[in-house]
Amino acid sequence: MKKTPFCPTSEQDQQKMFETLGISDYDELFEAIPDDLKLGELNIPEGLSEMEMMQHIRKIAAKNSTDLVNFCGAGFYDHYIPAAVNALSSRGEFYTAYTPYQPEASQGTLQAAFEYQTAICRLTGMEVANASLFDGGTALIEGIMMALRQTRRNKVLVDEGVNPIYREMLRCYTQNLSVDYEEVKLSPTGIAHRKAYREVLDDSVGAVVLQNPNFFGCLDNLTELIDEIHEVKALAILSVYPMALSHIETPGAMGADIVTGEGQSLGLPLNFGGPYLGFMATRKKLVRKMPGRIVGETEDNQGRRGYVLTLQAREQHIRREKATSNICSNVQLCALRAIIYLSLIGREGFREVGRDCMDRASYAWHKLTKIDGVEPAFNRRFFNEFAVRLPKDAAEVVSALVDQGIAAGFPVGRYYPEMDNVLLLSFTEKRTKEEIDIMVAKLESALKA
Amino acid sequence: MKTIYEKSSPGRPGVQMSSLKISATEEIPSKYLRSEPAGLPEVSEAEVVRHFTALSRMNFSVDTHFYPLGSCTMKYNPKACEAAANLPQLTDVHPLWPQLRGGGMLTQGSLAVLYNTERLLSEATGLDEFTLQPMAGAHGELTGVMIMAAYHKDQGNPDKDHIIIPDSAHGTNPASAQVAGYKVVTIPSDEKGVMDFDLFMEALNEKTAGVMLTSPNTLGVFNPRIKAICDAVHEVDGLMYYDGANFNAIMGRYRPGDMGFDICHLNLHKSFATPHGGGGPGSGPVGVVDKLRPYLPISRVEKTKDGTFSLNYDAPKSIGYIAPFYGNFGMISRAYAYILSLGRDGMLGTSNRAVLNANYLQEKLRPLFNAEYKGRCMHEFVYSGDVLKQYGVHTLDIAKGMIDRGIHPPTVYFPLNVSEAIMVEPTETEDLDTLDRFVEVMEELFELAKTDSDQLHKAPVTTPVGRLDEVKAARDMRLTVE
Repeated sequence: MKKTPFCPTSEQDQQKMFETLGISDYDELFEAIPDDLKLGELNIPEGLSEMEMMQHIRKIAAKNSTDLVNFCGAGFYDHYIPAAVNALSSRGEFYTAYTPYQPEASQGTLQAAFEYQTAICRLTGMEVANASLFDGGTALIEGIMMALRQTRRNKVLVDEGVNPIYREMLRCYTQNLSVDYEEVKLSPTGIAHRKAYREVLDDSVGAVVLQNPNFFGCLDNLTELIDEIHEVKALAILSVYPMALSHIETPGAMGADIVTGEGQSLGLPLNFGGPYLGFMATRKKLVRKMPGRIVGETEDNQGRRGYVLTLQAREQHIRREKATSNICSNVQLCALRAIIYLSLIGREGFREVGRDCMDRASYAWHKLTKIDGVEPAFNRRFFNEFAVRLPKDAAEVVSALVDQGIAAGFPVGRYYPEMDNVLLLSFTEKRTKEEIDIMVAKLESALKA
Repeated sequence: MKTIYEKSSPGRPGVQMSSLKISATEEIPSKYLRSEPAGLPEVSEAEVVRHFTALSRMNFSVDTHFYPLGSCTMKYNPKACEAAANLPQLTDVHPLWPQLRGGGMLTQGSLAVLYNTERLLSEATGLDEFTLQPMAGAHGELTGVMIMAAYHKDQGNPDKDHIIIPDSAHGTNPASAQVAGYKVVTIPSDEKGVMDFDLFMEALNEKTAGVMLTSPNTLGVFNPRIKAICDAVHEVDGLMYYDGANFNAIMGRYRPGDMGFDICHLNLHKSFATPHGGGGPGSGPVGVVDKLRPYLPISRVEKTKDGTFSLNYDAPKSIGYIAPFYGNFGMISRAYAYILSLGRDGMLGTSNRAVLNANYLQEKLRPLFNAEYKGRCMHEFVYSGDVLKQYGVHTLDIAKGMIDRGIHPPTVYFPLNVSEAIMVEPTETEDLDTLDRFVEVMEELFELAKTDSDQLHKAPVTTPVGRLDEVKAARDMRLTVE
């Protein structure tokens, strides 16, 4: 008998089980299946021992460069993660559990999700949040579908300041879902173009998607624009960067109807693109239209407080093709990391981290814009990220600095072809003054070269 | 237990976060700023650690309990796969680095993991090409159906308007088909538990875009006419979609590609041992036959002649961007470590033992459920709890009684086409002692149903809370700490 990794069945056990079943080999278990379907041998290498597997992965992992000094953000940020986040979220009781369909055996997961939902509401100034969605992009799509269901309209306006990676995703999904998709150009100052919206807002529009701070880092107060969106009875969807909510005005106070975002900054590693954390919050009156799992507080048969998955009549396992979304899972472990992170740094720590990010960005902005030929791309306020116009192709400049161990930012020309010279730089609490000074100096010499 | 917010006290510091100050040169005007700080907890680090440790102890999990949850494949999640995926050289990589000019060389390791995993999954499923981008099984289904739609459109077949799905399918199948714009035609199961072949043939026509099948299906039954179904669907230029949720039953023995399927998604969090995380993150890679390659999502990882890896964004017929980047990399790297550990023999050994364990339990429990022999099951089986009704006991009561005996209940009330369904999937990572103990507990609970059903109605009593009032939760809608 060949041993199979992670399988405890001994020769003796196997024999006993075969006897119980009256069989003499495994093939007999599969007799109902036509023989001609049976496979020969897979062209897959032989199994590795744990040590060999680890050696193999270490060798592959070593081909990545991780000592880069990173100023590249563009929606995905390199924040510090306190050690306790990993320690707690890697408890097997959390990460090897399944969806809490048996609430009495899952109160840990459920209460953590309830506390997470609370945190998302308090960050965004909204009334209800779900227990998470795949990522910020899919959360935005779900938000649009939710708004169109609610307004029974088919048209969505998407601001050009929304992360272009998400706009690629929105185009992909809306095209397949026969939604009328239209983008609205940025204003010359880099924010939502009030006049352009006035021209296109009418009663065919079901949803308007905005982002604050937007892709270029520009801050805005969208209260009046959202009022205008409400005048045509459309819903305003706002995509936000949660770390910015340590300081900036909340979507709730600005009147947003649906808020989504990428929660990666809240204690999740960059991990080459995932798993991430899509969050979604809305107003109480829209909760029955919201997709995804939702945890609610209730009582047990003795009047003790407890938590359950609630409002499940919206979901696919009950409603099948009539569900609010095809989504089954959330990203509970990522949501758990976020609530642990937010609890660890707390009310004051969250303000401090946000402050550190802003101060570093502000410091760098003044240094960079002093360089000859470097201009602010937009004359606006920013949180931790801003765009500058270089006298040269930004992709080339970044390439020159990559060779010197610095990811100097994201050249936006890839997504905005008329902006080949524009570089988007982001700053987190991890970047030191020295690193910023070196980056600025190297960028300056790359511009002269 | 108190919430973390109820443990908060003003001014109590958490983890020291603030680093060296750099003085800002100017302040942001107040019209952009929030008036009050967000109401996050103010708790010490030690208290946070105690709080979440205490919460974790209120959970059942694979690491602490037998978890024979049907249709979920709650196998053991090897610690070495966690360790491999948590290497900082893999976790601390920004997904946009490959988009910087010359940046591809910064992420050769991550790209190699993606490329190698795609190749291994292609071989394991018999399909030509894989995308790892879908972030969960349902997301993979949606991706697969979108590929289906793109193919028919490209073939000049816009009249295809429906997808055929058996009634035993996971709810995500019809939901995904509907979200992608297709009508759903549901086919009932026959007395053997597989899609009724005659009704299926009646429903199939030129307007059929495709068929979504799980095989073995959610009843744990493999459809013996799978090839005939595939042939009939191909006859009308429809596509066969394989829901790989139950791939653990056939891994290393049969391949969806060999059966005639055109598209397949796998759940890495089931067959490939990545942890369920209390409800995600998952990962739902999608494989396709060669003719569907042009429609796969952007981007594709490619291996160049010199052995380096690069990303290709040039795919005019692609369905586009279904994910921001390359999928749930952290889950993919875990699955990669797992596949390397199993190797070719381990794959077959895994499905063999998963099916053996399920058949053993099915056999041992048959007398209790008074079930007639309907042949072997695959990796899971379904019994009806109807036999207990005479004692006023329901499947739910058995499930709750099981919790008191330290076993996570099987899936209950699914699939929907079996009354009082109880669905058991032991997986291959459980030993005979655990299986025998499960049988003993089930026997004990059946005995209790006859002698003291009230005790079962009150269960569970050993958990932090007893049965919860779900109606009250939906009515009160207390969805946040007030």
